[in-house]
Parts: sequence; C-alpha cells; structure tokens
Amino acid sequence: MKKEEMVCIMCPLGCRLTVILEDNGELLVSGNKCPRGIEYGRQEMTEPLRILTSSVLVKNGDVPLVSVKTNKPVPRKLLNEIMDILRKTSVEAPIKSGDVLIENILDTGADVIATRNVERIEIA
Amino acid sequence: MKEKSIDVLVIGAGAAGLGAAIGAAREGVNEVVIVERDERSGGILNQCIHNGFGLHYFREELTGPEYAERIKNIVRQYPNIDVRVEQYVHQIDYKRKEVVVISTEGATVYKPKSLVVATGARERPMGGILVPGTRPAGVFTAGVAQRFVNLENRLPGKKAIIVGSGDIGLIMARRLTLEGVEVVAVVERMPYPGGLERNIRQCLKDFNIPLYLSHTVVGIYGKERLEKVVIAQLDENFKPIPGTEKTFSVDTLVLSVGLIPQSTLFKDFLKIDPWTKGIVTSSSGRTSLNWIFAAGNCTIIYDLVDWVTEEGAVAGKFAAMYVKNNWESAKFSVDKGQNVGILFPTWYEEGTNLNVYLRVKKPMEMGTIRIKQRNNLLYSKKHANLMPSEMVNIKIPESKIGTGDIVVEVVE
Repeated sequence: MKKEEMVCIMCPLGCRLTVILEDNGELLVSGNKCPRGIEYGRQEMTEPLRILTSSVLVKNGDVPLVSVKTNKPVPRKLLNEIMDILRKTSVEAPIKSGDVLIENILDTGADVIATRNVERIEIA
Repeated sequence: MKEKSIDVLVIGAGAAGLGAAIGAAREGVNEVVIVERDERSGGILNQCIHNGFGLHYFREELTGPEYAERIKNIVRQYPNIDVRVEQYVHQIDYKRKEVVVISTEGATVYKPKSLVVATGARERPMGGILVPGTRPAGVFTAGVAQRFVNLENRLPGKKAIIVGSGDIGLIMARRLTLEGVEVVAVVERMPYPGGLERNIRQCLKDFNIPLYLSHTVVGIYGKERLEKVVIAQLDENFKPIPGTEKTFSVDTLVLSVGLIPQSTLFKDFLKIDPWTKGIVTSSSGRTSLNWIFAAGNCTIIYDLVDWVTEEGAVAGKFAAMYVKNNWESAKFSVDKGQNVGILFPTWYEEGTNLNVYLRVKKPMEMGTIRIKQRNNLLYSKKHANLMPSEMVNIKIPESKIGTGDIVVEVVE
C-alpha cells in the first residue's frame, strides 16, 4: 500500500486529499469535494505529469538563450532526461515564439517550443 | 532641454505599465508615452520563463515571456502608444507637472496632463534580514539568480540553500535543480510556507528538496566565496532555539524574502504606506495627487500578473478620463477590519467598480469575508483555507455601492 497526502490544484479551493494506492491496484481518494480531485489524485499517484519550462542556447541571436516549454505535460520521471537533451541543443536565430524546436521529445507526444522571440544579429 | 507635452506618461513598461497604456489608449487620448529603464519592454516577465501566467486575463496558461508578448501585441494595435526603452526618470516636479527623463538622446522634459506610476517592486535585500557572519561572494537575491540562469546563461554556483519560501524562491529551487545545481534546503521563518501549494509540490516535493519551516539563517561564513550557512529552529517569538543549529556546506545562498514596492522617487509628494512602502491609491488608481495614478507592484505586491495588468488598465483608463474632462469624484476610505493584513485600495472613488485585494493576517481554515458600507452589506461569503500567501480578489460592481466609508473584515 502507498499513501500520500496532497493538495489538489485543479481549482483554487485547494482540497486536502489523502490518496491510497492498494497493492491490488485499487485507488482511494478522500478529502476531495468534486470528481476532479479523484482524477488529480490518481494522476499524481500513478504518473505525475508536468509542463517543463527551460531555455536553450541560441546562435547569432540578440540574446544568448531562448526560453522554451513542452507544449503538453510530460511524465515527471522524464524531466531530467529532457533537460540533458536541452542542454546539448542549440538553435539558430531568428526564432519566433511558438516555433517547434524539438518535435515529439522522447516520444512523449509533446514538442519543445520557443516561448519568446529572438532576433538575428549578423556579426560582420 | 527638449520639452514634450503629451496626454499620459507611464513610468515602467512591465505588466502594469503596458496595461495602463492600453487602458489609456482605449479611452481615446491622443498621445501615450511609456518610458522604460530596461532595454526592452515586458519587465520582470522576460525572466520568468516558468508557466502559470495568464489564466485570468487570457484564459490560457502561459510562460512569462509569452504573456509579455501577448500584452505587447495589444499595445501594438494602438498607434498612439509610444514605448520608449533605455529611459531613466531623473526627477519629477510635481508642482509644475514635469518629468525629467534621461536617455542616450539627452534629457527630455515631459509635460504630461496625467502620469501613471508603474515602477513595480524591488527585492528585499540581505540587509533586510540581519544575519551575523562574514560577507562573502555567493549571496544572491532570487531575481538576480533568475536573471543569471534564464537570460544570461550563467549559474550562480554549484550547491545552494534558499532562504524564504515565497513563490520566487520555490521556482528558483526547481530551476537551479533542473540546471544541475544541488539545492540542499529551503528555509522559511514562518510556520507555514510563503508560496502557493502547487509550487510546494511541483518545485520542492518533485525534487525531494527539504523545506525547513520555523527556521532561519543564523550564520553565513566564507572568506572570499560562501562556504557554509548555519540555520536554526525558531521558537514562537521568532528567537533561535539553542542546540537546533544545522550547518550546510554551500557556495550559494539565494534570498527570496519578499518584494518592496518601488516608490522612493515619489516619497516626497505622494502618500506612501509607511509599513508596506506601497503608493496609496483609490479604486480608480488615483494617488493622493489628482493627476498622478499608480498601479501594479508599486502599490501592493500582487500574486498574479493578470491582476497587475488589469489594475494597470484601470489606472490608465481613469488617467485618460482625467485628461479628457478632469474626471474626479468623491472618495470614501476603505478600512481594514479584523484579520485583514494587506488591503487594496485605500479609498473608494465614486463611479468606479470596487476591486478589493486582500491578504489575511494568519492562516484560517474557514473565514467569512465581509465588506460593509455603513449598514449595507456589500459582500459576505465563506472562504476555505485562507492563507496570508494567497491573495483574495473580490469584485463589487459600481451599481451595488452607495456612499460612506467601507470596511473589509474576515470573521473566523
């Protein structure tokens, strides 16, 4: 059995949940005031998902970094692996906010996209 | 010196200033100028690369730079808004209604018909928490560390402790961890965390970073670079308990102990709250001088940037109405009742909606927020899990409000 206390973040109410995962796979959520709390508790207990935000090196840009995010939540357990990839990645300016920089990262179905514009500067 | 007569001058092109310019331009004034110190507009949003912005204003979860870009796109739709960067406000002559601004082009004297102050906040510095020990390199405020990592591609150090559990501190704990810095602890002097619950979970618990509540830093040691930090538990009177000291070998201390409204430029002629340092305003954004308005973190420290932009737009709108027809109306005070720590606005101005922002003084599992105007109850509702760290926003439409002073209270 696995037991965890957590605060539901689906809405500002902030219900204090107790989530119990039995050895037979049965999941019990208590403390929630609506069904979204059960869904949140289940997701957090079984496969927590997170949007990852970070930055990537830019070549020939007016700034050295472009901020990025995954355009969908990705499994929390993959965050470090994705960071390793981002650290080795560099992209050419110009970049527009929303540009896809890495498609379907680690087969998560999520793309890494730029979240700001970077102008190109030509070095004479 | 060059002189420039304009309708509305806005100081600061962050979330509040851009909102103010939009609010003023929408109201149909001729020329709105924003002067900004930084080399680009957007303010602190540019370095806040995490997400969670915009849920109220754009109904979508955005990162800071994305939110800034959205607002700038709205600004671009108004040809009468001129955003000028790398401009320093040098002096304000409130009697002659002149603002001296320095830039690479030299000095310009702006003569605006109304002024909107949107100067944001500064981080509370190390001196603010009085820690004994030496003063080595390696002590940063969270915003400086954030700027290093997110804009300049530099890491502040290898092993860090974070002091203060406000949202910026929590977000930096995650950010530094993701970038390979070992974050050994977050230390908070209050018995409860200063940041939002979602940040406790997603920034600390996700990465197994311990949070020490009711603890403070009692020593900072190192010759040139920081070497160790000593923390200790606090008793109920915030005195360190002897024998509870813990020592961490770290080369970096990140300080996230709050923001202070940036109001010093105005302290000689605007009413400033002596406790919070915020510029005092009415529900229209008007300060104690009728032609000067203020909005955003220079008034009170908000939780959400969406609220900052919204209040910026309110101040801009009424600043424009003052330009057009000297708009001004009767003022009633909005007072703190029991259990209210922070309250905005200070006055209600007739003819506006009342947008109340409040923080409770202490955590409460259940509290009834009541807003009264004389014997007239404008608002009364139960709220669960009230926390000082979580600001509450209550909107009361103009149509419900009469005359007389207003009191906001929270009953347990």
